[in-house]
Amino acid sequence: MITFEGVTKRYDDGTVAVDDLSLEAPTGAITVFVGPSGCGKTTSLRMINRMIDATEGRVLLDGQDVREIDPPTLRRGIGYVIQQAGLFPHRKIVDNVATVPYLLGWDRKRARARAMELLERVGLDAGLARRYPFQLSGGQQQRVGVARALAADPPVLLMDEPFSAVDPIVRASLQDELLRLQSDLQKTIVFVTHDIDEAIKLGDTVAVLRVGGRLAQMAGPATLLTEPVDDFVREFLGRDRGIRRLSFIPAKDVRLEAAPADLVTDAAGRPLGWRADGGLLPYGTFNPERDSLRAALDAALLAANGTAVAVDEDGRVIGVVTREALDEVLGQYAARHTRPLPATGEDPRG
Amino acid sequence: MNWLIDFFSNPANWSGPGGIPVRLLEHLEFSVVALLMAAAVAIPLGLWAGHTGRGSLVVVVSANAARALPTLGILVLVVLIVGVGSTWPVLIPLVLLAVPPILVNTYEGVRGVDPDLRDAAYGMGLRGPQVLFRVKVPVALPLMLLGLRLAAIQVVATATVAAYVGLGGLGRFIMDGLATKNYTITIGGAFLVVVLALAAQAGFTLLSRVAVSPGVRRAR
Ligand SMILES: Nc1ncnc2c1ncn2[C@@H]1O[C@H](COP(=O)(O)OP(=O)(O)OP(=O)(O)O)[C@@H](O)[C@H]1O
Ligand SMILES: [Mg+2]
Repeated sequence: MITFEGVTKRYDDGTVAVDDLSLEAPTGAITVFVGPSGCGKTTSLRMINRMIDATEGRVLLDGQDVREIDPPTLRRGIGYVIQQAGLFPHRKIVDNVATVPYLLGWDRKRARARAMELLERVGLDAGLARRYPFQLSGGQQQRVGVARALAADPPVLLMDEPFSAVDPIVRASLQDELLRLQSDLQKTIVFVTHDIDEAIKLGDTVAVLRVGGRLAQMAGPATLLTEPVDDFVREFLGRDRGIRRLSFIPAKDVRLEAAPADLVTDAAGRPLGWRADGGLLPYGTFNPERDSLRAALDAALLAANGTAVAVDEDGRVIGVVTREALDEVLGQYAARHTRPLPATGEDPRG
Repeated sequence: MNWLIDFFSNPANWSGPGGIPVRLLEHLEFSVVALLMAAAVAIPLGLWAGHTGRGSLVVVVSANAARALPTLGILVLVVLIVGVGSTWPVLIPLVLLAVPPILVNTYEGVRGVDPDLRDAAYGMGLRGPQVLFRVKVPVALPLMLLGLRLAAIQVVATATVAAYVGLGGLGRFIMDGLATKNYTITIGGAFLVVVLALAAQAGFTLLSRVAVSPGVRRAR
């Protein structure tokens, strides 16, 4: 667990980058720092591995003040991933990944074996190991950056906008990859981004910072979407909060009905379309075991008749969800707002 | 062209203490020793200043000052002070000549390392000297070698001044030829200096092929 206790950072020129920040980043979870440019996200993150030292307050790592640990020793136990990957251009990929194991005195063979294992873990072909960084795409370099941070198996991982320099498609796949890795590894991750969608997708907890380095709100993504504490957080979250929140509600509780006869399937039971006079009409599917209510709603909206098709892992039809059934669950969740609106001053649109 | 052939085909030019092999070796000796001495001063200083960001002004100012010094003037001065006879007076101006390109290029190379890279290195847990020698130096190496190459070429070309104060080297051919109006010898000597400078150039190019990581060479 990482604990900020009344941490303030004042730079030499007087800029207060972080102001009296107190929060906890729980062990084994992803905590995201999000906020507009210049709000002190990077500064906060770098106070954890002492790339920057706090002016006031303490940062604790599992209860120990990081200031009691010599910075290089501290850093070898904390993975660090930055935006431009920062790979060593003169070293082959495999040796880049093995940087910290080498520093820790592992022998070459073991360090390289470990590096190869990690390259595979982050989804890179073993053939890339012998290349130099300039021979890799931006997305591949970023994966190497993650592999390098994980090489010595540190319990803590700090990531500063690691995916913001790649295009949206690559970014999405890197995010999925990180979530997949995290479900295996359960590291304590602090992740910095200015992209609220990324924060909501990745964070178990999201800390929204405002300019001046103050914590505006800290909450799970679903709570954040429904219960922003003030106008700043609400505006920062942006539009469609209600719909976006559905992403956090599993679809497994929706009432399935038997597929009606006019849903045409192939021999294996996979859907082909809704029967109509002129042929087949479009359909939408979701997987109730894995997908969210948002996916179920999306599947219903894609179908000509407003009925979503539920499928299993192999894409075979296991039932359908009518609009009435969707309405039932949506009604339940809409009613679950716990916090009454403040009495004055705020926009009641929520 | 004929003069060159005359020079090289004359057996008298090949033998004895004034022959081509001896002069070439003397010239090489001044040059190599001067270059090594300059490197021994300029590289550590450049690494230190580039790495710490301290002493930057001193580096730039002293390099420019050294660049402005007249080589021959210094040589004459040194000889006047210490007297003719030993080899080392000639080394002083040559070292002063070689220091600026090595110093400035080492300094700029180390200082110019991408801040993200520096940051990543510290963030991984490398200590200061490890960051310098394992990351900054390999990345700055092409520039450092460029500095050494420029210095080597200048030193080889300028070591001819040794002849002005009665010392050996290829400058003797040039001086003696001029003195006796035997221009064959002058041109032959000048030609050898050019060949030696080109050899130095080739040597450093080869060295950077071997010493610089392909990852750094290609990335530029
Ligand atoms: N070395 C420094 N000296 C002085 N001020 C600094 C320094 N580094 C950052 N700042 C200032 O501190 C504030 C917070 O900077 P920080 O880099 O932590 O922001 P950030 O939230 O990471 O922003 P971004 O999203 O743009 O990366 C900014 O106002 C910035 O200008
Ligand atoms: Mg930042």
